[in-house]
Amino acid sequence: MTQIEKPKPALDAKIIVPFINATREVFKRMLSLETEICRPLLKTEAGPHYDVTGLIGFSGSLIGSAALSFEEPAAVSIVACFAGQKMESTSPDFADAVGELANMVAGRAKRDLAGDASITIPNVIIGKSYSIAALRAFPCLIVPCRTKAGDFAVQISIKQMAAVPNAGGSQT
Amino acid sequence: MKIFLVDDSRTMRNIQRKILSEIPGATFCEAGDGLEALTAISAQLGGFDLILVDWNMPNMDGITLVNKIREKDKKTLLIMATTEAEKSRILEAIRAGVNNYVVKPFNAETLTEKVNQTLAKAKAA
Repeated sequence: MTQIEKPKPALDAKIIVPFINATREVFKRMLSLETEICRPLLKTEAGPHYDVTGLIGFSGSLIGSAALSFEEPAAVSIVACFAGQKMESTSPDFADAVGELANMVAGRAKRDLAGDASITIPNVIIGKSYSIAALRAFPCLIVPCRTKAGDFAVQISIKQMAAVPNAGGSQT
Repeated sequence: MKIFLVDDSRTMRNIQRKILSEIPGATFCEAGDGLEALTAISAQLGGFDLILVDWNMPNMDGITLVNKIREKDKKTLLIMATTEAEKSRILEAIRAGVNNYVVKPFNAETLTEKVNQTLAKAKAA
């Protein structure tokens, strides 16, 4: 008899929940904004399109990336809440602010994820209605978020690496 | 009081400056990475009362900067202000010689409290 294998979830809740909590905390503490989390969806080839993305890479016990993506009006409005002043999306300070938001969300999430991972310095992509392609080996989950200042999405494309016994010396 | 803000995000430096400008007599210097900060600090050794240092920065990271400062200067007050919040990182920073540690995201009250705590402890010593 053929045994049907139960499909594995695209991303483990143990990875997603820390990002949701981190997003809520960063937006509450740094922007005084409450974040409503909407139903997450798995990214398809014709994934949603954005204008502004702050992207952070993970390495070590977690590999992949996490991103905050916005349409331009929402990004401008959210950055104004964060920086305390309105900025044009062409300003270098605008990219800086988006990068720092992504950095704080990724850094805060990392704290609650098991293992020893490192995060990269943020990259910021600004364009018009682009989609970030997800690799087949790295399914990407999109978590739509709503705030009074505008909507955005957290894109999580991360794998937890198996622990290597006794790697890196002894533990006490 | 001379405060040096070291963070690769100008937005974060602006936020820190805005919060800490409530301290009477506070003046500020800034750097966008550890190397730039080290150059400025070496030029005026002991010239700053308090240095806030981010961990993840290009060119030279915050922990390297703290180690370099402490090779020559044991007195200047150092606070690590970073998203790095794992116990191992906090211990590493304390061993390197930071006086306090504040985790991002923080609100104005938390940062002010950490700075006041650090200043009060130094005054009492």
